[in-house]
Amino acid sequence: MILLWLIVILLVGGLLAWAAGRWSVLATRWISLIAVSADFVIGLMGWIRSASRVDLLHQQVWLRELDWKWIPQFGIHFHLALDGLSLLLLMLTFLLGIMSVLASWTEIQEGVGFFHLNLLWVLAGIAGVFLAMDLFLFYFAWELMLVPMYFLIAIWGHERRVYAAAKFFIFTQLSGLLMLIAILALYFAHHTATGIFTFEYADLLGTPLSPHAAWWIMLGFFVAFAVKLPMFPLHTWLPDAHTEAPTAGSVVLAGLLLKTGAYGLLRFVMPLFPATAHAFAPIAMVLAVIGILYGSILAFAQTDLKRLVAYTSVSHLGFVLLGIFAWNKLALQGALITIICHGVSTGALFILVGALQERLHTRELSRMSGLWETVPRLGGVGLFFALASMGLPGLGDFVGEFMILLGVYQKSRILTAVAAIGILASTFYALKFVQYAFHGPNNHHWTLPDLGVREAIIFTPMIVILLWLGLYPQPVFNTFNPAMETLQQHAGQTMQALRR
Amino acid sequence: MNTADLLTLLPFLLIAGSSVFVMLAITAWRRHWLSLCITLVGLAAAFGSLWLVAPLAPRRVTSLLILDHYALFYIGLIIAATFAIAILCYGYLQGHSETREELYVLLLVATLGSMVLVASSHFVSFFLGLEILSVSLYALSAYLHNRRRPVEAGIKYLILAGSSSAFLLFGMALIYAQLGTMELPGLAASLAGAQKSPLVLAGLTFIITGIGFKLGVVPFHLWTPDVYEGAPAPVTAFIATVSKGAIFALLLRYFYTVGAQHLRPVFVLFAIIAIASMLIGNLLALLQNNVKRILAYSSIAHMGYLLVAFEAGGSMASEAIAFYLVAYFITTVGAFGVVTVLSDEERDADTLEDYAGLFWRKPVLASIFTLMLLSLAGIPVTAGFLAKFYVVTAGASAGIWALILILVISSVIGLFYYLRIVVTMYVRVREGAAYAEPHAISGSYILVALTILLVWLGVYPVPLLNVIRKVLPM
Repeated sequence: MILLWLIVILLVGGLLAWAAGRWSVLATRWISLIAVSADFVIGLMGWIRSASRVDLLHQQVWLRELDWKWIPQFGIHFHLALDGLSLLLLMLTFLLGIMSVLASWTEIQEGVGFFHLNLLWVLAGIAGVFLAMDLFLFYFAWELMLVPMYFLIAIWGHERRVYAAAKFFIFTQLSGLLMLIAILALYFAHHTATGIFTFEYADLLGTPLSPHAAWWIMLGFFVAFAVKLPMFPLHTWLPDAHTEAPTAGSVVLAGLLLKTGAYGLLRFVMPLFPATAHAFAPIAMVLAVIGILYGSILAFAQTDLKRLVAYTSVSHLGFVLLGIFAWNKLALQGALITIICHGVSTGALFILVGALQERLHTRELSRMSGLWETVPRLGGVGLFFALASMGLPGLGDFVGEFMILLGVYQKSRILTAVAAIGILASTFYALKFVQYAFHGPNNHHWTLPDLGVREAIIFTPMIVILLWLGLYPQPVFNTFNPAMETLQQHAGQTMQALRR
Repeated sequence: MNTADLLTLLPFLLIAGSSVFVMLAITAWRRHWLSLCITLVGLAAAFGSLWLVAPLAPRRVTSLLILDHYALFYIGLIIAATFAIAILCYGYLQGHSETREELYVLLLVATLGSMVLVASSHFVSFFLGLEILSVSLYALSAYLHNRRRPVEAGIKYLILAGSSSAFLLFGMALIYAQLGTMELPGLAASLAGAQKSPLVLAGLTFIITGIGFKLGVVPFHLWTPDVYEGAPAPVTAFIATVSKGAIFALLLRYFYTVGAQHLRPVFVLFAIIAIASMLIGNLLALLQNNVKRILAYSSIAHMGYLLVAFEAGGSMASEAIAFYLVAYFITTVGAFGVVTVLSDEERDADTLEDYAGLFWRKPVLASIFTLMLLSLAGIPVTAGFLAKFYVVTAGASAGIWALILILVISSVIGLFYYLRIVVTMYVRVREGAAYAEPHAISGSYILVALTILLVWLGVYPVPLLNVIRKVLPM
């Protein structure tokens, strides 16, 4: 039941916030903050409880589960389940949710109630994606998170918001529908093999498929997740959407929506179609490496600060894709850490850019310089997250990317070497960001308010988390490992079932 | 004709009776609200009588009509939709000075025609029902005869519907010439032996042409945007839902009973029509700036989606079509209901500018319209999503992947123009400018009810699915 509450709190909180928006803007913000924080606390308590019983994690498949009949005519269940992987991603969701509400505190002044309704509902959709264990429910949640996100971009975005929002919506909708066809194909294939109509994840594992069918079905899933991830060359919606979205929208997009793609690959593509995915891995890994380099080079070429940060996501998520398709323990652990740390560090960078834009009313790098002089604390924070993003040892991102490279090394040395160049390239854009924005003379004679209390409250926990994951990521691995082993086991069993 | 036959015909008698009753009431005491009340009571009584009739079903009444569960289901749907539309009409006409009461007579007669169509089991009742429906629709489209566009719409509809009836009759004649029967069971039996007969194929083609006109599918769609734009908004809602839905139910009954959809030429013909409707409907909608025209092209595309399910064949297809039609009825009545509520005595609120910033002025109304449009686009939490899911599932079970793929691609194209209307409603506009304001408040209750239904079906469709599964095995 607690899983349902996590989602219901967000949905109801959103409605309350909307209703409150008519009377008091401040009430709206507080209601949203309390709703997301409540979820965060519930999640944290669950995590601490499960962490104290590590042995239990190995015994059960799910930490928590909720399975109701929903539409029995189609064999559709309302099935939510939580394992280590889902738990960690949920924690990230709620954390970034809190940060998004705080980051919008002064930025959003119009339509505040409706803004928070959308923000909380997008979070609810994402939580649903991470929890759904019925493929229909998964698709339902997958589509559900799009509409509020569309509104966030289209209503509160910047100059080209309508274009960016439509592009985002159409890319994800088309790929989502392809996934729906793939889900249905799998559904009918399973019916043909067993005579049972079911969308249940556990049942569909190991469905016997002809290699030809498996290939097409796998591609349907893969495209949906690759667009979200985004994988080169399906990434073109990302720079527009991230740049035009309001700060909270960018944080949720980069920190969470992209992660649903990675999650989908981990949870569905690899275990459901191990043989095909294995055969497909070289292509995916090459595309991932291209994405890593392409993302960092384009990030370096940007003059719009927000666009720069947006392109770094293409690069970082390339590492995640690489790690997932390498499919060994090190690479998977690395991918997970990268997922979390990218969410935190990029989220923080977007909030930072938002804070700068609120002060300067521009995102152009050429209009900034020497900001350190007037906002030294903000500059320090910017330097920290830029270093995190470029993979400075001691911070979380480094751990993730390093482990991915170690894992990939066992598969392909060439790809490892090329991907390592990507880390090098990331120094360029990170340093460009810091140098152009904060260093040098204050040519434009900016005098701005420095880091405020609210912003300090946002950035401090994010800094702490990156340091923690950089120095002692073991608790995360402890939670993730059983889930990862289960996934690998599923994939292995499916392989065996196919061989038989 | 015995008592049981008459009892079976009760829904028809009630609707016909209440139309006469409204007419008499007008001559005695011309009051707008009175006409509406009689209409609503008549519709409600007819709806209630379905439960009296249900135990008797299936029953053939003369050779013309068959009252089985299938017919009763669609009669119920038609009556419910007319009920909502009648209330919308009341608010819409309230501000008008010209005679308002006769509209309800026409509405009831048109409903009667649609009911005959869904219960038809003979070419004669097919044609009679169609003509009862069409003749009332000519008058309904041109009802606001002081305006130019409604009259234009009425005449256009008259000419095109007239010619399509001619096609239909010719097709029926050809089939009758070859098979020697006009009764549905007889047709089913004798078609098996005469599948290759050129007369039968030509007759089928003509009938498909006639039906295609009524459904407004490509290439017979040309009247759709003009009539949708010209007719008064609630009448448009009626044309889009009741008239098209009844004809689709009839198409399904005739072709599935006869088994004609398995004939290769028929399958190919419908596939071409479906593909053209989906693509052309959605592409042309992109070029429109008029909300009613956008919805017209969208309805062309939706008929294409329905034809995909039709092509799938089998019991899953007829279930999918029933569910889709229910969702489509709710959504379309809701969407045109919003247009109705915003229209005033001068003109219908059909330009995109009428909707600019609607959300910031009338958040509830704009939210309702948003949900309706998202349902048309097939986004979750709305009935439209499950309907599209059902259609795709039916298609997948029959393995018609090419049609499904085109459905998917064209519905993504469709997103562009739905989103365009949605985004317009959320644009911030200057204060003080004159914009369409809601006039017909009475319609708002219906809209809220439709929205609740829309979301309920989108989230928990089990009750409706149970009804459909129980009712539909034909």
